[in-house]
Amino acid sequence: MNAKIESFSGNLIEFRDVSYHINDIPGRAVISGVSLAVPLGETLVLLGRSGSGKTTLLRLINALYLPSQGEVLVEGRPTAEWDVIRLRRGIGYVIQEAGLFPHFTVAENVGLVPSLEKWDRQRTTARVGELLRLVGLDPAEFADRHPRELSGGQRQRVGVARALAADPAILLMDEPFGALDPVTRTELQKEFKALAGRLQKTIVFVTHDLREALLLASRIVLLDTGRIAAVAPPQEFLRMDHPEVRAFVASLGAVPGAPV
Amino acid sequence: MNASPSYWSFFAEHRAEILGATADHMMLVVIAMLIAMAIALPLGMLIVERPALRALSMGIANIFQTIPSLALFGLLIPIPFIGGIGRRTAIVALVLYALLPILRNTYVGLSGIDPAVLEAAEAMGMTSAQILFRVRFPLALSVILAGIRTATVITIGVATIAAEIGAGGLGTFVFRGVALVSDSLILAGAMPAALLALLSDCLLGLLERRLRVA
Repeated sequence: MNAKIESFSGNLIEFRDVSYHINDIPGRAVISGVSLAVPLGETLVLLGRSGSGKTTLLRLINALYLPSQGEVLVEGRPTAEWDVIRLRRGIGYVIQEAGLFPHFTVAENVGLVPSLEKWDRQRTTARVGELLRLVGLDPAEFADRHPRELSGGQRQRVGVARALAADPAILLMDEPFGALDPVTRTELQKEFKALAGRLQKTIVFVTHDLREALLLASRIVLLDTGRIAAVAPPQEFLRMDHPEVRAFVASLGAVPGAPV
Repeated sequence: MNASPSYWSFFAEHRAEILGATADHMMLVVIAMLIAMAIALPLGMLIVERPALRALSMGIANIFQTIPSLALFGLLIPIPFIGGIGRRTAIVALVLYALLPILRNTYVGLSGIDPAVLEAAEAMGMTSAQILFRVRFPLALSVILAGIRTATVITIGVATIAAEIGAGGLGTFVFRGVALVSDSLILAGAMPAALLALLSDCLLGLLERRLRVA
C-alpha cells in the first residue's frame, strides 16, 4: 500500500459535501455538508464539544460509517468503493480506551495487523521490537505482558505502536490521551508531537481540548453541531472571532494562572 | 442408615455392574452434551446480532428447561421417531435440558465484550470471521464454559431419572433399590452419580478459571 501512497500526489483524504444521518433519517443529521481536504503529511485536529460530530467524521474516513450523502475519498477513491478490509489495514486507529485485546500480550497486540497481513514471524518480531522502542517501551520488559499489567499511559503507548505496525500512511486518533492523568497526558502529547514530526504520517486527531489541538495541529477544524465552524492553523485560529472559536479560547483562560 | 459395611461388600460383589452402569451413564451424558453443544454454540453465535431469533430461541429453550424432567420424558414418549421407551428418548430430553445454559452463556459471553475492543478490531481491518474466532470467542470462552459446566451437572442429574424410561445408567440401581427397599442398591446408584456430578463440576470449574481473561 505504501508504494501506492508515495506515488499519490493529491489529497490523501477528502470530504465532498458529506452528510451523515443516523439510520439514514434526514432529521437526525450528525454531520451536515462537510467539505474538507487533508493533504499528505498534515496533522489535522478535529476540535469540538461532545456531540459536535468529530468522532463521526473520523469514523467516516475508515468506513466504520459510510456517508448518507456526498462522498469521502481516501487516496482519491470513495470509501464506499473500497474493499473495507484493505482500506482499514492501511489506516492506523487509536482510541481513548486503547481497545487493546486483553487476551493478547503486548507483542501480539502490536503484531496483529502484520499477522493478519501474513508477515513471517521474524519480520513481525523485529517490527514489534522496533515499534515498542519507538513509543518508549523496552521490548524485553513489555513484549510478554498482558494489557492488564500496564498503566493507562503504557496502554496508550501500545495502542499507538499497534496502529503504526503495518506502516500505514494515515493515522486516525480519537481522543487518545483523553483518559490519562494530566501529567501523563502532557508527557504523551509532547512525545507524540516529536514522533509525528519524524514519521511523516497524515494524521487526523480528534479532541475537545484546545490546548492539545494547539500543540499538535498543523490545522484545526472546529466542528459545531455537525458543521464546520472554522478551519485555520493554530495561531490564526486563536485570532478568529467566530463565537464557537471564542468559546473555546475563553475556556483556556478558565484555569486561573494558566498561560493562554 | 447403618449401610456402610453392607454397602462396601455390596459394591465389591457388584463392582462390574456398577462400573458398567457408570460407563453407560457417562456415555448418555457425553452424547447428549455433544449434541446440545453442536446446536447451542452455533445458535448462540447467530443470535448475537439477531434480536428476534434470540427472543425466540431463548424462549423455547427456557420452556424445555422449566418442564419437570419426569414430565418431559412423559411428553416425549408418545412422539413418533424420537419417542418411545429407551435411550433415544432419554438423549432427546437431556439435549433439550442442556440447551438453555449453553445457549444463554454463549450469547452473554459473546455480547458482553468491551465495545472499545470490538471497535478496534473492526477498525484494524479484521473480517467478521476473524473478529468472531480471534476476539469474541476467546474472550467469551470462560463464560461459555461456565454454561457447559452447568449443563453437564444438570444432565448428569436428569440422566439418573432417565432410567425410569429405560435409558439405563446409574438411575437403574436407585429405582430398583427404592422398589426393593434396599439401601445398598440405592447407594450403588446414588454415590457414583453424585461423585460424577461433583467431579465434573470441579474439573470444568478448574478449566474455566484457567481460561478466564482478567
